[in-house]
Amino acid sequence: MSLGIDIQGLTVRYPDVTAIDDLTLRLAGGKIYGLLGRNGSGKTTLLSLIAAYRRVREGRVIVDGQEPFENERLTQQICLIREAGDVVIDGDSVGNILRRARLLRPTWDDDAAERLLELFELPRRRGVSKLSRGQRSALGITVGLASRAPLTMFDESYLGMDAPSRYAFYDALLEDYMEHPRTIILSTHLIEEVARLFEEVVIIDRGRLVAHEDTDTLRMRGAAVVGPAVAVDDFTAGMTVLGEQRLGGTKSVTVYGDIGEDARRVATDWGLELSPVALQDLFVHLTKGDHA
Amino acid sequence: MLRFFGEVMNLWTEGVCMFDDRSPIYHQIAEAIKNDILSGELGADEQVMSTNQYAAYYRINPATAAKGFQQLVDEGVLYKRRGIGMFVSPDARRSLVEQRRERFFADVVEPMVSEARIIGIPLDDVVARIQAMRGGEPV
Repeated sequence: MSLGIDIQGLTVRYPDVTAIDDLTLRLAGGKIYGLLGRNGSGKTTLLSLIAAYRRVREGRVIVDGQEPFENERLTQQICLIREAGDVVIDGDSVGNILRRARLLRPTWDDDAAERLLELFELPRRRGVSKLSRGQRSALGITVGLASRAPLTMFDESYLGMDAPSRYAFYDALLEDYMEHPRTIILSTHLIEEVARLFEEVVIIDRGRLVAHEDTDTLRMRGAAVVGPAVAVDDFTAGMTVLGEQRLGGTKSVTVYGDIGEDARRVATDWGLELSPVALQDLFVHLTKGDHA
Repeated sequence: MLRFFGEVMNLWTEGVCMFDDRSPIYHQIAEAIKNDILSGELGADEQVMSTNQYAAYYRINPATAAKGFQQLVDEGVLYKRRGIGMFVSPDARRSLVEQRRERFFADVVEPMVSEARIIGIPLDDVVARIQAMRGGEPV
């Protein structure tokens, strides 16, 4: 089972800044989504609203056809793991935290929790205050995966985890998702590490939707056009230019948009090289600009 | 210079690294399996990995893997047996070899000749080298 999400005209204003700015987004559900955005782009606010941690004031957030806020039937199916903090109460033990999560989650899987504790080498009796930052994150991830919630969201949940632990997380996530398909949203800025896990990518910037696409499609929309400066300028005239670099008489221009077969032939004729752009680079280009 | 400027490689910092950013991942998956069939690593009527096994092994989204496999089914390289899995078509290798042969001169020989021209290697030298490589092998 998996939950779809329908967001319309969502706006969140803080006294000094608009965190979410008229955001409209529809996720069909049942997929692994990547939510990408710079720090302060509104990712955490957005996920908190979907998880019903806060009330929607402007616009609508609908999950599985209903508003999640103060809706117990829904909220027990929605699990948001924010960076470590949420599931962790100082003075409590790893085992107690899992017991509490189990009571909240009808879909909880004890075996999965046990396997993950072993994978991350988390001792059940250990007091949470004695855990390292990375271990706290691993505990959050354990709760998030073992909950098996039809809508599971991880908000930069890997903080403090070293690379081997992060890859162990990605592998566990993928395996669990394939056995129990559900809606999973991963917010991250470590894009290259996880890009291939995403079926779809959502990019937000300054509270606004910048892109929502199938990952491969999005990747293929960016292209670096490289060649003699004059030819590159002619070729890219009228295209959405994300960035450019120049080295002597050679120029590289990163463009965003579909380049059709005809245009590709022209590029070849003009001696231009078209190469794809890594998702990370595309993300940087799409979200750069003045950030206060 | 041109190549260096435009090349964008995408490497895993850890784990299996197999795909780059040059084309859609599903396309690269299909190519990789074709290469296994051409090299004989995958034989006729042999079962291929399931999409889930493939996704887990290469750490990619299972829908992406499924898309790559579907492309091979559409091209007739693989066939499905309901409830069991996917298998290499009996004549997959033969038709792949044929396709590669058709592309060989355009993809391999012509770029080599134009590169030789650019850097001033006489074509006679190229031919001589090929002859030398052929050595005592029967042709």
